[in-house]
Amino acid sequence: MIKENKELTENIAIKAMPLPEKAYIPLIQHIGRPCDILKVKINDTVKTGQLLACAEASVSSPVHASISGKITAIGEYAHPILGKSTAITIERDINLTEEQFPLLDKSRINSFSPDELRLLIKNAGIVGMGGATFPTHIKLSPPKPVDSLIINGAECEPYLTSDNRLMIEESEGILKGIEIIAKILNVKNIYIAIEDNKAEAISVFKNAILNTQYTIRVLKTKYPQGAEKQLIYSVLRRKVPSGKLPLDVGAVVHNVATCFAVFEAVYKNKPLYERLVTVTGDILKNPGNLKVRIGTPVKDLISFCGPLKKEAKKIIMGGPMMGIAQFSDDFPVIKGTSGILVLSEDEVKEAQEGICLRCGECVKNCPMGLTPALISMAVASEKWDLAKEYGALDCVECGLCSYSCPVNRKIVQAVKYAKTKIKR
Amino acid sequence: MDNLIVSTSPHIHRKESVSYIMWAVVIALIPSGIAGVWIFGIGALWVMLAGVFSALLFEALICRLRGKKVSILDASAILTGLLLSYNLPANVPLWLPVVGSFVAIAVAKQAFGGLGRNIFNPALVGRAFLLAAWPTYMTTFIKPYDSITAATPLALLKEGKALNLGQMNLSYFDFLTGGRGGCIGEVCIVALLIGALYLWVRKIISLHAPFAFITIVALLSWIFSGEALFKGDFIFAVLSGGLILGAFFMATDYVTTPLTAKGQFIFGLGCGLLTFVIRKWGGYPEGVSYSILIMNAFVPLIDRFVRPKRYSP
Ligand code: SF4
Ligand code: SF4
Repeated sequence: MIKENKELTENIAIKAMPLPEKAYIPLIQHIGRPCDILKVKINDTVKTGQLLACAEASVSSPVHASISGKITAIGEYAHPILGKSTAITIERDINLTEEQFPLLDKSRINSFSPDELRLLIKNAGIVGMGGATFPTHIKLSPPKPVDSLIINGAECEPYLTSDNRLMIEESEGILKGIEIIAKILNVKNIYIAIEDNKAEAISVFKNAILNTQYTIRVLKTKYPQGAEKQLIYSVLRRKVPSGKLPLDVGAVVHNVATCFAVFEAVYKNKPLYERLVTVTGDILKNPGNLKVRIGTPVKDLISFCGPLKKEAKKIIMGGPMMGIAQFSDDFPVIKGTSGILVLSEDEVKEAQEGICLRCGECVKNCPMGLTPALISMAVASEKWDLAKEYGALDCVECGLCSYSCPVNRKIVQAVKYAKTKIKR
Repeated sequence: MDNLIVSTSPHIHRKESVSYIMWAVVIALIPSGIAGVWIFGIGALWVMLAGVFSALLFEALICRLRGKKVSILDASAILTGLLLSYNLPANVPLWLPVVGSFVAIAVAKQAFGGLGRNIFNPALVGRAFLLAAWPTYMTTFIKPYDSITAATPLALLKEGKALNLGQMNLSYFDFLTGGRGGCIGEVCIVALLIGALYLWVRKIISLHAPFAFITIVALLSWIFSGEALFKGDFIFAVLSGGLILGAFFMATDYVTTPLTAKGQFIFGLGCGLLTFVIRKWGGYPEGVSYSILIMNAFVPLIDRFVRPKRYSP
């Protein structure tokens, strides 16, 4: 069993992070085409929520200003996933008043058609907030009908608790978001899936759904419960075949934070310019769940949650199982930043890689039923066909194999490598 | 902030390492060792110590010669030496376990590339070598709580000197407590089961191979080993010889058995079948060690073709 370490932050209420002096907004924060149509230029004054850039391509998502101020640069800047990318720098102007996005009239909202809703969501720049960052409007236009909508509140990555806090503190907004998504997809079976380590969130939701048709599914806490394929199987007992999508088995999965963003986009006309981030780690004095403007430098987050009790040796965007280690603390929060994890030297010490003991731990733990040990051996001898036969392409990259290997074999790394080789 | 470590996910790792696993198995074998000394006298202790220390010595020496980090602390050499001595009679000369350890460590383990690359169970290779080279030492057993020599129950049966427990002057209870002739570490069933239970509870071993192994031996013995069909004494078949030791401690060795649960089950079936065949028709009274060694050779094949249940077929 993986040590969860959620107790560091799970009971700490959401705090708003003070606005940053500067925000760096990358033109690509999603899976798909980068925003190639700039709507602003250097020295322009922008207001919070103002459109900065968008794209012609449909699989893309526009980006917006997250603070009011002046555009001071458009150029290369650090990106937590890509290393570097083009970003728009906004310098805050404290003389400008912050935009407000009050709730709109309910009757107007009810009059929206599914197509109008999709457009609203697209224009608000909403992407999968669990970390996948796939543009939400695309996921809301399935090419064939689906019958089930699963709302992912599993949050199975260790350390991360922002979805948990959101469910506890913003259940109403999440439910309204779910309602909109259900209307667009025209589905009747709606499940809210939560892991059983989130007792408070479960009880909040059990009360909140009393007058709805929704079903709560309390799932066993078992990483990677929140991975789409696992979730669909746990909730619906349907298996997504190899190489197929959830919608091929009639299911769509949306994260709770995405639902909340959809609610804000539709009910408040508010673009996606802020999100919740769990900033955590044993060496942080004041870890917590922060409401952060997109583009805020992560070093600001760390110093806000500091001071550090020990020197930081690793900074991870995301959780410890699938997150990405960073070269420095100088990179912006993007739409997919669910957490920032700071680890010290003793927590990241890497033991040397040994010869496979054939203990079978990786086989026992693989959620996809693969034989990771054999895939990694096939990779070592460059037998790509064999790696494929052992199921390399079905790997969901959860990392459990590497996690559980007693001789520290870099198995998931090998499997990922095999994937790039097989496709060729 | 600089000097950050950048590596690929996952960024955390479970704590259990190789030495954790190997030490757990060593601990699980201790009750049986204590029972062996209790039953056969202090001589058994010297055999065990000779086995363990020579195994450690050869491991250190060969690692040094191969220019590798000395891996003795991972306890795998201790385990090999211990298992080897458990498969010896208590009254062998002390150079015998030393030679056995040499074969186990130098030939069966290190010559294949070290822990993880060996195909055959090192302790069993050592034992097989000793049995072939010095059969008299290897098949002269002493009577429990006594120093006169006595044959094992399976040997009595094989040679036709006794047909059932009554004629051997033994009861099932004697098997459970170890009051019978045999190798140091195989006689006390209760002690072995305590160790096996410990490993199972700590999730170090799974029971697929032992279950299949023991069940098939019991089943075949029940059907074919009696005066008539379905009249065989299957309890005797299970408790005698080295079946319990072999099934729980050697047919569960990570390196030399299949990776998947299904594969382990097939491995156990094969071991059971071969054990029965050797016991009934072979030249030796006991066949556990040889059947495990033979099945070791099939492991690559089993792993190649037996797959776990895939999420998506
Ligand atoms: S990362 Fe490892 S455990 Fe996870 S699905 Fe891939 S092979 Fe299986
Ligand atoms: S967990 Fe590691 S040592 Fe065990 S079988 Fe898998 S790769 Fe080999």
